[in-house]
Amino acid sequence: MSDNHQELHARSLTELAAGLDGGEFTSVELTQSLLERIARLDGQLNAFITVTADEALAAAERADEARAAGTGGVLNGLPIVHKDIFCTSGVKTTCGSRMLDNFVSPYDATVVEKLDAAGAIFLGKSNMDEFAMGSSNETSYFGPVNNPWNAECSPGGSSGGSAAAVAARLAPAATGTDTGGSIRQPAALTGTVGIKPTYGRVSRYGMIAFASSLDQAGVITRTAEDAARMLGVMAGFDARDSTSIDHPVPDYVAGLSKSVKGLRVGVVRQHFDEGLDEQCGVRVHEAIAVLESLGATTVEVDLPNLDLSVPTYYVVAPAECSSNLSRFDGVRFGHRAENAEDLMDLYCRSRGEGFGDEVKRRIMTGTYVLSAGYYDAYYLKAQQVRHLIADDFKKAFSDVDVIAGPTSPTPAFRLGDKIDDPITMYLNDIYTIGANLAGLPGMSVPCGFVDDLPVGLHLVAAHFDEETLLQCTHQYQQHTDWHLACPEAFK
Amino acid sequence: MTGSAWEVVIGLEIHAQLATRSKIFSGASTAYGAEPNTQACLVDLGYPGVLPVLNEEVVRMAAMFGLAVNAAVAPRSVFARKNYFYPDLPKGYQISQYELPIVEHGELYIEDADGNEKRIGITRAHLEEDAGKSIHEGLDKSSGIDLNRTGTPLLEIVSEPDMRSAKEAIAYMRKIHTIVRYLGISDGNMQEGSFRCDANVSVRPRGQEEFGTRAELKNLNSFRFIEKAINFEVERQIELIEEGREVVQETRLYDSDRDETRPMRSKEEANDYRYFPDPDLLPVEISAEYIESVRQQLPELPDAKKQRFVAEYGLRDEDAGILTASRAVADYFEDAAAATEAPAQLVANWIMGELSGALNREGLEIGDSKVSAAELAGMLSRIHDSTISGKIAKQVFEAIWGGEGTADAVIEAKGLKQITDSSAIEAVVDKVIAANPSQAADYRAGKDKLIGYFVGQVMKETRGQANPAQVNQILKDKLGN
Amino acid sequence: MSLSKEQVQHIAMLARLELTDDEYAESVAKLSRIVDFVDQLSQADTDGVIPMAHPLDAAQRLRPDVVTERIERDRYQENAAAVAGGLYLVPKVIE
Repeated sequence: MSDNHQELHARSLTELAAGLDGGEFTSVELTQSLLERIARLDGQLNAFITVTADEALAAAERADEARAAGTGGVLNGLPIVHKDIFCTSGVKTTCGSRMLDNFVSPYDATVVEKLDAAGAIFLGKSNMDEFAMGSSNETSYFGPVNNPWNAECSPGGSSGGSAAAVAARLAPAATGTDTGGSIRQPAALTGTVGIKPTYGRVSRYGMIAFASSLDQAGVITRTAEDAARMLGVMAGFDARDSTSIDHPVPDYVAGLSKSVKGLRVGVVRQHFDEGLDEQCGVRVHEAIAVLESLGATTVEVDLPNLDLSVPTYYVVAPAECSSNLSRFDGVRFGHRAENAEDLMDLYCRSRGEGFGDEVKRRIMTGTYVLSAGYYDAYYLKAQQVRHLIADDFKKAFSDVDVIAGPTSPTPAFRLGDKIDDPITMYLNDIYTIGANLAGLPGMSVPCGFVDDLPVGLHLVAAHFDEETLLQCTHQYQQHTDWHLACPEAFK
Repeated sequence: MTGSAWEVVIGLEIHAQLATRSKIFSGASTAYGAEPNTQACLVDLGYPGVLPVLNEEVVRMAAMFGLAVNAAVAPRSVFARKNYFYPDLPKGYQISQYELPIVEHGELYIEDADGNEKRIGITRAHLEEDAGKSIHEGLDKSSGIDLNRTGTPLLEIVSEPDMRSAKEAIAYMRKIHTIVRYLGISDGNMQEGSFRCDANVSVRPRGQEEFGTRAELKNLNSFRFIEKAINFEVERQIELIEEGREVVQETRLYDSDRDETRPMRSKEEANDYRYFPDPDLLPVEISAEYIESVRQQLPELPDAKKQRFVAEYGLRDEDAGILTASRAVADYFEDAAAATEAPAQLVANWIMGELSGALNREGLEIGDSKVSAAELAGMLSRIHDSTISGKIAKQVFEAIWGGEGTADAVIEAKGLKQITDSSAIEAVVDKVIAANPSQAADYRAGKDKLIGYFVGQVMKETRGQANPAQVNQILKDKLGN
Repeated sequence: MSLSKEQVQHIAMLARLELTDDEYAESVAKLSRIVDFVDQLSQADTDGVIPMAHPLDAAQRLRPDVVTERIERDRYQENAAAVAGGLYLVPKVIE
């Protein structure tokens, strides 16, 4: 290995692909160098729950052979990380929970299968909030993840391990899932790019469900171009997912070079109300100004029901999760309490022991809002408000192409600061939750720093218009270099 | 029963397993009787991350049923989750339909005790997934869970509380049973549990408008048990009320060994199923064109077929009812009737008599009959053209059943052809009269009934082969002298 | 709106969750706070608004009635804590 391999980790997925194509290094060399890095540095982050070193190296060898034979897929030989919410055949899949600490999936999620077929090498499974319920990664049974920019801070959540791994240059790309902001918020808090596609764009099969009508798989990278490459592979119809939509997948990479000239950017008045950190607001306005300088025009838009999006979400998501998580009963898989006296005891203790506090709280919230006498006041009402929120967006998109604003109200907060107050934690997702409720694609891109912590610009587009998000963020990155900044400890 | 002071009110919830190859939401096989858990795929097991996808065949079958009972097939129906914990329910919820079922407002007609036609309303029929099975035998402190049946499609057919006796309930259930089998949407096999029933039973003082408190009877897996369970339950409720106590709304299990119902022991807290639309499934949309195309596939239904059998074949009403109770029997009848000149009533009599007896004896369905419709028709033709008598025919039938060939071959091989030669019969008659002088004298003295004795003797002499009509006539002629 | 300990116990029972006494105390406080928070929804004017169960306006797709699954029971049962003779075991169920 020559010296320049030292900095392989600093390259983007796109650059690494070029290096592999040019024969500059092999996939085995690349994989090895990242595995070494993970072994050396992840102790500071706790971004990984499982590292699949042997499997990764074997896959890298196969990728090099495929490349030699000219048969590799579009991501051939490129190392990535999977959030530990995706089922991976033969590999422990924990979902960040004690409940699944012993669970080895017998099958691959569709997302895993597709990335595998494209030749991607998976290095391991990333840490996450338990069952994706959390915005700080602190609810993980495997301990919190530290933010690479400041080890005392949270990387956000729930895809905190994926975001931290990409920010710390342990991998160029990682899969994530987003139910209320779980890709976009950690991307913002770690200075990475995160995209949550349109609901139905990427298959949910094999992705352990939190809230089925809100969950969507996506990707965390350092550049929009890398995200385009990954999404191009992950997106598409899946016959195993009834909510997967049969809609053609465009060539996302090809669309990146389009100028943003004439693009109508909606700026939401309510986004800059109280609650937003002032300096974050400044960074976001600066980012919007960059888009304007590239020829985009801004229009003020109104999302009148925005403040209801968090309460709506905290009825709908717990309701769905309370039912989705009933399958964890200690019988067919997952944690089983010892010496159960009877069936009731087996259920209550297996679940009581297997789930952490936040998960139990959401299951109970969901059970409550669905229970007799409360269904109409909470669940049904929330479904109605959800409709109002979706209509607000629909109306906005008749005037604009994208909506821009902050991803998160503050930069990364300190671990331990918000974990004791669920409502403060929930309000972290105020800007991102609307896209999940309405099923819209959303994306966060690094747009500067506040107190040496990254800030994200959040963009939302109309259904199935990931192209505009990717194009817009790519053009922004062509004219800014926030995404090139690397946390000191991980250079 | 305590007389007519009480009126019984019964509503039935029938679960018919739909005869699909694969499950309602997964590609696992629905075949019955496999080794435990070898037909439960990851979707059926409720594995983390799996998702349901609806089988198109169940939609077609439900629509067919809806049309067959004159119901509305919903242009939009929604699957919901019914949440509760039980070991045979792997996901902790059952996917069912709640607010928007696929079929609503149907009806059918049964005969009440007075022989009058009575309408029974069908509130709704909805699609849902079956649960697995708990096995209690042979395991010490545990129950074993077999999830092979999990995800088998069910059509739950809910009646209005329109039935007023166990007999009516049975008649309604038989009618549904016949319809689903006619449509080919369920095999209706009660032993294997593909056709099950829960009954909501209450009593009220005759003339009272409002319903009494009902009990839900479960585990009714044969027509006989349903009748017994309902009758037991009615007695129990009347007794309670007459003793000044109250009927409790509860689920009761029928114990066929003791012939009684008892409350289910599982200490369920008041059930709160927390139904909500299943977010993994989208609304099922059915177009008018689709419904029309299903209508085209509908076979002739039992009531229509029965009427046609009476009109077209001149069958007795009751016989037409028996023959059309099963589509396979009706088809057998029509195939046989078409293949012979013999009167249709004769064909019917043989199917309901000898054939049905032989099938019962060997526990066979008509589809597995060892005498085909064509073979039966061949034999009936020989009765019709007097080659054999009805009595000899029974012997011929048994031979065909035993695999000895067609009617003609059997008659030929065994020499069973009927004697119709008058002179031959006369000779035998003369011989018999000569051998029984006292009986002959008695007959001539007015004991007409003795003719039977003489016929018997002649038939015995001819090993049954003499034409009975001719024997009768000749005997009368000769004895009348 | 504040939830009572009895309400929380009932919810935990429906959800089959065993909680310690400390957890009950904390759950009563935090769930009450969450319920208060989501009570904001009651202010929204939703007269005549159709409840939205799915983010996209699509209809259920249907699967052909074909057996496609190959079942690897033993492999699946490696994740189960108690099996015998191919059956999943639970404490004796009394019906």
